[in-house]
Amino acid sequence: MLGLLLSAALLMGAGCGRDGGDGASPGDPGASKPKLTVSAAASLKQAFTAYGKELQDASARFSFAGSDELAAQISQGVKPDLFAAANPRLPEELFKKGLVEKPTVFAGNRLVLAVPADDAKVGSLADVERPGVTLAVGSKSVPVGSYTRTVLDKLPAAQGKAILANVRSEEPDVAGIVGKLTQGAVDAGLVYGSDVRGSDGKLEAVELPEELQPSVAYGIAVVKGAKQPRQARAFIDGLLSGAGRQALDDAGFEPPPSG
Amino acid sequence: MRERGWFPVGLVAALTIVLCFLTLPIVAIFVDTGPLDLLSSLGEDGALEALRLSLTCSAIAVGLIVVVGTPAAYLLATRRFRGRAALVTLIELPLVLPPAVAGIGLLAALGPKGVLGGLVEDAGINLVLTTAGVILALTFVAAPFYLRQAQSAFEALDRTWLEASRTLGATEARTFLRVAIPTAGPGLISGLALAWGRALGEFGATLMFAGSFRGITQTVPLAIYERFSTDFTGALALSAVLVAVSAALLLSVKLLSGSAWLGGAAR
Repeated sequence: MLGLLLSAALLMGAGCGRDGGDGASPGDPGASKPKLTVSAAASLKQAFTAYGKELQDASARFSFAGSDELAAQISQGVKPDLFAAANPRLPEELFKKGLVEKPTVFAGNRLVLAVPADDAKVGSLADVERPGVTLAVGSKSVPVGSYTRTVLDKLPAAQGKAILANVRSEEPDVAGIVGKLTQGAVDAGLVYGSDVRGSDGKLEAVELPEELQPSVAYGIAVVKGAKQPRQARAFIDGLLSGAGRQALDDAGFEPPPSG
Repeated sequence: MRERGWFPVGLVAALTIVLCFLTLPIVAIFVDTGPLDLLSSLGEDGALEALRLSLTCSAIAVGLIVVVGTPAAYLLATRRFRGRAALVTLIELPLVLPPAVAGIGLLAALGPKGVLGGLVEDAGINLVLTTAGVILALTFVAAPFYLRQAQSAFEALDRTWLEASRTLGATEARTFLRVAIPTAGPGLISGLALAWGRALGEFGATLMFAGSFRGITQTVPLAIYERFSTDFTGALALSAVLVAVSAALLLSVKLLSGSAWLGGAAR
């Protein structure tokens, strides 16, 4: 909680301190770049950090956490310039409350069963049902946790129940699940395909059957009252076609799901 | 005349700022939550479980800390030996560790891939993601608060009393139990209250080492964090409960020790 409040305070501070930043034109040599503050889902960390280094006319500051926590911060009055979530629903809800501009869906992902690469006790979803196998998932409120429950709901009831019984931790964001996995605290976890790609070979992905795969889509929106609205919109454009799209591809994200 | 008036005003102003700054967030928690919200938040799924878990785990942690920490602090307070200062600093180090560092340190030490992880596993003990892991994390972060206070309480004892007890034929163990502990009591108890409060509020180390699972490892601070995103009022209400419980603990412990409430503050 303290960490969250602190990061909220930092975000607010970062936002307030740059009142004059908008006036600096991007081409000016020596002019300091305006600072763009971005609240983003934990699963976007690697892609966005790489994209942030490519930005020409702004320097990006990121706050990565569970999408739901970031949305709650915005509801409580925290104003980053951009909000990127691991589902389209959270930005859409903030849009309905008049807190952000119309959201854009900019990327897709897959949900996979991740296992430690060096010591895999689990080779398939069926293995996770066995008693004694341990599992980390996202808590219900964070998108990765709600996708996980969507998958389990599609399974026969007994199978879903057996898997849930092996859950040892409900983590507040995807970074927590990855951490528990790489530390060997659990045998398997449900995370995004891009998280496995970003784990430097520490994790391996067990693909879920296509019929279980939820439609994972990422939504982004400019926050109403953003200090750098122009740069924020340029950031979104770059995600759809440009350096951002490239960074997303490199990190293992998929194009936004159609329809 | 002017100068005499100016300084005390400054002192009062500073204290006022300190008071407002430290109490405002706590007051704000209660402004938004009526007594009814408090009760209904406790009725919610998982809230009572979290409270029960928090109380049990912190009580066990504090028990362990007192049983092992009291003699350890007595040794540090009554003996002079080489490297004592370094030892005291090492023991106090967790006081200034960020909880996340404590969590990652515990994983690196006792996690499945940690330095002693193999030993722990071979002994058939499972700590990570278990209630025992919560107790371990709480003990780690709270112990220095008690040790530090207990050490200074023992150091403040009048040595002639201890010597008199020895001269009258009491063994050192008897002197420790019958003279040192009762006399240092108020100091020990306020150390206990501090450690208990710290244990109740622990968040980061618990989340990293023990994870978050209802009824097993989800203590009140973790339950508050989980509610924050979906149910801000619920999170506030649960926070208010935690503040009330912590305050009640602190107060009752201080009242129990009698003189500690008034006189113990000087220690």
